[in-house]
Amino acid sequence: METIKDKVAIAGIGETTYYKRGTAPVSEFRLACEAIIKAADDAGIKVTDIDGIASYADDRNDASRLATALGIPDLAFANMFWGGGGGGGSGAVANAAAGIAAGYAKNVVVFRALAQGQFGRFGQGSRAPSISGPAAYTLPYGLMSAAQMFAMKVQRFMYDHHVEQDAFAAVALASYHHAQFNPRAVMHGRPLTREAYYESRWIVEPFHLFDCCLENDGAAAVILTSAERARDMKQKPAYLMAAAQGSDYRQNASAHNQPDYATSNFKTLAPRLYEMAGIGPKDVDVVQSYENFTGGVVMSLVEHGFFSADEVNEFCTFENFAAPDGKLPLNTSGGNLAECYMHGLELVVEAVRQVRGTSTCQVKDAEIALVASGPMVTPVSDLILRR
Amino acid sequence: MSQTSNRESCLPPGLPTPRAARDGLDREFWEAAHRHELVVQRCRDCLTFQFGPEWICHNCRSTDLGWHRVSGRGRIYSWQRVWHPVHPALKSACPYVIVLVELPDAGNVRMVGNLLGDPREEIRIGSAVEAAFEDHEEGHTLIQWQRSDR
Repeated sequence: METIKDKVAIAGIGETTYYKRGTAPVSEFRLACEAIIKAADDAGIKVTDIDGIASYADDRNDASRLATALGIPDLAFANMFWGGGGGGGSGAVANAAAGIAAGYAKNVVVFRALAQGQFGRFGQGSRAPSISGPAAYTLPYGLMSAAQMFAMKVQRFMYDHHVEQDAFAAVALASYHHAQFNPRAVMHGRPLTREAYYESRWIVEPFHLFDCCLENDGAAAVILTSAERARDMKQKPAYLMAAAQGSDYRQNASAHNQPDYATSNFKTLAPRLYEMAGIGPKDVDVVQSYENFTGGVVMSLVEHGFFSADEVNEFCTFENFAAPDGKLPLNTSGGNLAECYMHGLELVVEAVRQVRGTSTCQVKDAEIALVASGPMVTPVSDLILRR
Repeated sequence: MSQTSNRESCLPPGLPTPRAARDGLDREFWEAAHRHELVVQRCRDCLTFQFGPEWICHNCRSTDLGWHRVSGRGRIYSWQRVWHPVHPALKSACPYVIVLVELPDAGNVRMVGNLLGDPREEIRIGSAVEAAFEDHEEGHTLIQWQRSDR
């Protein structure tokens, strides 16, 4: 079957300064423009060479407004990946790649921008006086935030497989460790100890404060182009070996009625991803796995075949997740927990850095990087990049 | 099924109140709750339960769906104890417990509610609970859960 494998590459990456939530000195739209311009510069193309724009999670910065503001003469591809949370970070890249492989556009930018001072926070409950539809089955009971939406999945996963809190601590500790080497990270200079993790307050059991992602302001962008064109551009291409999107059976069932409940929702997707890439989990050198909450990361790693659910306590240690020498270096920029919550697009940027060999926590001879976007939401998406 | 009403509500007033969807899909669910009855949508063709309700049966695609009264007896499938308030109405209400309850006599569909009683008590997955109807001054009734294993 014809796929996008080896036909498309990420040729440029761009990020604004990452800010604590609500503190960006400029508007969200301007942040988006800045990240796109930086990604074009990194790729060595003119902004006006961009002819496609893609995003996800209902990004507020409309593709036509961006194309107009940036002076793009021919917007040949404008695309939005359905679904919320971080489920679309890889999916938007996958759609851009499909657009290029299909010949719709040549140079597509994927971006995400957030300024919560301008637009309000994620981690707060609805202030609506009344509510109808699926939300009426949860909000009146004080189930209102993302942490509360996922806590019971993780609780059930812990029960089913005798998972201990140490497994989640390992994810947080590795992320904070990596952020100490990354001057872009908002938690650079603010290391986390195991004691501080356990002493941190509960947000909602089973999530301590440090199991939860940050909320930040900033923007990130990546430029995709054909593998052929990428070879003549400024940077070493990060080739797409595979991209996949998906959702398991009835994962949008309301009031937490997904038949398979304690899942990160990658069970049907991951086999398709590996099949397209022609590799297995043992071939992956470094993983960037979206962290809304640490428990979801662990479930996602299980569903991608890195270890089984019954091996979680044994495998999920700081040593195994820490770059450069861990068995499975994880979230090597600090990710959503400690670099910046750029809704997971910063994880795609970091995967590109790893296959280029330019990460601040570089895994030696990293050839293949996997990005998992979205655990526990629907749909979710994945990428595998190679050098 | 517990018929306690006019009780002090588990969570303080001020949270979003539920209202039936404008398309009528779940009107019977909320009206039944107000009568202190627990009902679950069921396909009249293949007898499959589903919750929340939908316009079509996910099992056989029939659109002939009705509401089936169930006992209100369930067991805790999962739970969470909330310590960080994310709404002004909850500022002094933490901790509180949210349970996900599965209903064995309704095809194991699940419902979300609060677990009544001491929020600091140990909670065990699999514990037996039963529905308790919590009437609110605003006119709606919430379905809460209380332990029935002792």
